[in-house]
Amino acid sequence: MAGVSGSVSTQMGMHTEPLTGRDIKTKFRLENEGGFAYHFARDVDFNRRAEIDCADIEPTEINRQIRELMDSGHGSIVLRNPGAKHSLIVGILNRMNIIVEGSLGYFGCGLLDGPNVRISGRVGWSFGENMMAGVCVVEKNAGSTFGAALRGGDLVCRGSVGSRTGIDQKGGTIIVGGDTGAFSGFMMQRGRIVVCGNAGKNLGDSMYDGTIYIGGGIQDLGVDAVPAELTDLDRAWLARKLAMYELLPAAGVDHFTKIVAGKQLWSYDNLEPTEKKLVL
Amino acid sequence: MAGSGYKGAQVDDVDHFLKGGGIDSEREQAIGQHIGYRYDVNLLPDYDRLTPFLKDYMEFMGWDDLNWLEDVHMGYDDGQAAVFDRNINGWVAIPGDMELPDNQQDRDMIAREMLIKFQMSPDHPMVDLYKAYRKF
Repeated sequence: MAGVSGSVSTQMGMHTEPLTGRDIKTKFRLENEGGFAYHFARDVDFNRRAEIDCADIEPTEINRQIRELMDSGHGSIVLRNPGAKHSLIVGILNRMNIIVEGSLGYFGCGLLDGPNVRISGRVGWSFGENMMAGVCVVEKNAGSTFGAALRGGDLVCRGSVGSRTGIDQKGGTIIVGGDTGAFSGFMMQRGRIVVCGNAGKNLGDSMYDGTIYIGGGIQDLGVDAVPAELTDLDRAWLARKLAMYELLPAAGVDHFTKIVAGKQLWSYDNLEPTEKKLVL
Repeated sequence: MAGSGYKGAQVDDVDHFLKGGGIDSEREQAIGQHIGYRYDVNLLPDYDRLTPFLKDYMEFMGWDDLNWLEDVHMGYDDGQAAVFDRNINGWVAIPGDMELPDNQQDRDMIAREMLIKFQMSPDHPMVDLYKAYRKF
């Protein structure tokens, strides 16, 4: 690590181990060039469409049938009669179009990396948990912990969502057309939450980083969540993103409030050198 | 402005972390390493600067924008331009002989393009991980 050997802490005898070698480092090589999909991804065609009738089928079997259809090159799959079953459409690391005609239960669309999913009904708790990439659009309301630990992609709910929306979010964008409940953005680390309506108690509590945009009222802010200036880049991005999902308010985006981390909870600058040795 | 305390947002010189490693404050000098991110994690992309490759990638995936790549930026590790690959939890260094643009937005677009090329390569470590640990 640059500068360690001559640092004050080294001179004080505080380093008992080298600080180098903790990252996996690799060099980009031009011969690494691949296509647009993971090397192990299934080769699917968006124009090949199939349907699954989910009535009287267990979730495990529905997920297996989805993978079988992907293996045979289907890039668009329609799920009929999902019956609010839990844990459907999970762990897909592929480009795909999936249309759900109805509602999903708990833990729908978790661990996705690439698919575009449209759901005509509602979804239960922890929808889109740990999603890496892709687009999920829910036409009606969603339960609590919508987009928990989201890492990338767009998660959209046209209705309202429950509490702890985007808890532990590490990237990506959550968009809510209606209201969001208490503790939204709790311990958020990166990414963006956009709420066109109102936000409940303790918005952004203990957030490390990331950005929250609220179009309506905010009941109150959580610890270390603070207002920030809405920049031209923010406005352009908000208008573009909301227009993509037909959620751009008629009044535009100038009325949105931007909330960020105050950086008072975790600033290593405020730690004593001995504490730094433990945490860095 | 509260909330803009991340180091990357405070840096005016785009080459700051290439020149000095970011060991600036008294605290950083005391511990001998930079504190915090070496780039602005909240910087939104400027879509006027999309590269042709990224446009093709968006079309292939069926997306109207950069999607997960909005969170990808060019960072700086050990005085070298690099992009963080979340799939290997490590930095991928940009070749030293590559000429970098003079602004962060264009650098971010290059980082996104190079990360895609790296992740989709048959040489990517995730190919072996997938074989070893895939559930289905």
